[in-house]
Amino acid sequence: MRIGVLALQGAFIEHEKMLAALGAEPFEIRQEKDIDKAFDGLIVPGGESTVQGKLLHELNLFNRIRDLILSGLPVFGTCAGLILLARELENDKQTHLATMDITAVRNAYGRQLGSFYTVEKFRDIGEIPMTFIRAPYISSVHNDTEILALVDGKIVAARQGNQLVTAFHPELSDDTSVHRYFLDIVKNTL
Amino acid sequence: MENNRFELNKNLAQMLKGGVIMDVTTPEQAKIAEAAGACAVMALERIPADIRAAGGVSRMSDPKMIKGIQNAVSIPVMAKCRIGHFAEAQILQAIEIDYIDESEVLSPADDKYHIDKTAFDVPFVCGAKDLGEALRRINEGAAMIRTKGEPGTGDVVQAVRHMRMMQSEIRRIGSMSEDELFDAAKELQVPYDLVKYVHENKKLPVVNFAAGGVATPADAALMMQLGAEGVFVGSGIFKSGNPEKRAAAIVKAVTNFTDAKLLAELSEDLGEAMVGINEQEIELLMAERGK
Repeated sequence: MRIGVLALQGAFIEHEKMLAALGAEPFEIRQEKDIDKAFDGLIVPGGESTVQGKLLHELNLFNRIRDLILSGLPVFGTCAGLILLARELENDKQTHLATMDITAVRNAYGRQLGSFYTVEKFRDIGEIPMTFIRAPYISSVHNDTEILALVDGKIVAARQGNQLVTAFHPELSDDTSVHRYFLDIVKNTL
Repeated sequence: MENNRFELNKNLAQMLKGGVIMDVTTPEQAKIAEAAGACAVMALERIPADIRAAGGVSRMSDPKMIKGIQNAVSIPVMAKCRIGHFAEAQILQAIEIDYIDESEVLSPADDKYHIDKTAFDVPFVCGAKDLGEALRRINEGAAMIRTKGEPGTGDVVQAVRHMRMMQSEIRRIGSMSEDELFDAAKELQVPYDLVKYVHENKKLPVVNFAAGGVATPADAALMMQLGAEGVFVGSGIFKSGNPEKRAAAIVKAVTNFTDAKLLAELSEDLGEAMVGINEQEIELLMAERGK
């Protein structure tokens, strides 16, 4: 499985290491020519959504990647990646790829002092470690979007078709279960 | 694993990787930086070039000014305190700063001790010229390291020297046999565990950015190719002719730092770069503060 990892800014290397450990074949997407060859799935990593959103446009990646997602390419967004995929943001008029029917809140837990670690249940997986860094959460899901995890009543993971998002960072722990969950989605499309 | 602040603070630095952190002095500049693609801003009253020009004692910025910048942008906001000035750091923590830079750019408050950064919940970034300095700061609780370079000069030579020094020392530790690590720890004046980490992982235990003298997209690409995980740009942006364009170009140069063709396009028509001062003309070597 060839999995593209958006490598414009942020914690993309952590995802690549995890994918490689699971036997997938990760590659970095930094510019248009990187997506000329077909691939099976996409990860949009944590980092700053403002930076990644801007660079997607300026490096002519925006439309091509959005079209791929809309035509069913499996995508997994963590933290900033969740923001990039959200159709609506409560505290920001500027949305980005906007392919997933969720409403999210940016920096929902406040500044760095609000960052935290916890262990919570993830549907079909069980209890997993969750690291939240200046994280967003999902305030509501729409249409056929399913809720996969809650922390203190807030939605922190969801799935709609082949799109998966987490407000936390599975790539920062040693637990590979969410990445395996994503690779299962990818396998089902092959 | 409990709610470990040091881990969470290292994690925030991981999210900044591949990005550019820009010095800003007003909410307007902060907005320009954010729009240009900065992954964080450093709020300070005077940029290093002006601190250098003004002379005198330079201190933590007015919290009101920092709060103005926090309210203007959604990206992380950092601010500087003087080396060893833990009361300034306490104040910055009280206004919920995202990252404190215990910085040699300001006048040191303590000529012997750095701040015990393990006593704080907010993260610290510290400057280093070599591996020993970097590991000493990490041992004190720094969750991120940057090269010192020579701030406010627009001259990249010292950032290059510090990054090369750090990388070559990391390679040296990495190739040692296990029984040589004890002596290396003694020589670097750092705990054995940190040396062992570098030996096993061939990298620092925290994220390492380049800083001090970066003024062009080519400078940023140079530092990334030398092993920096991201770049701080201080005076280089708002001391130049066209800050918006230069800032955006540096951001793109950091993402595609090996694509020379793109770097050539990015380097076109950027207007006047900051004038800068050469190493030989510098009267005050900030990098010699705090070792």
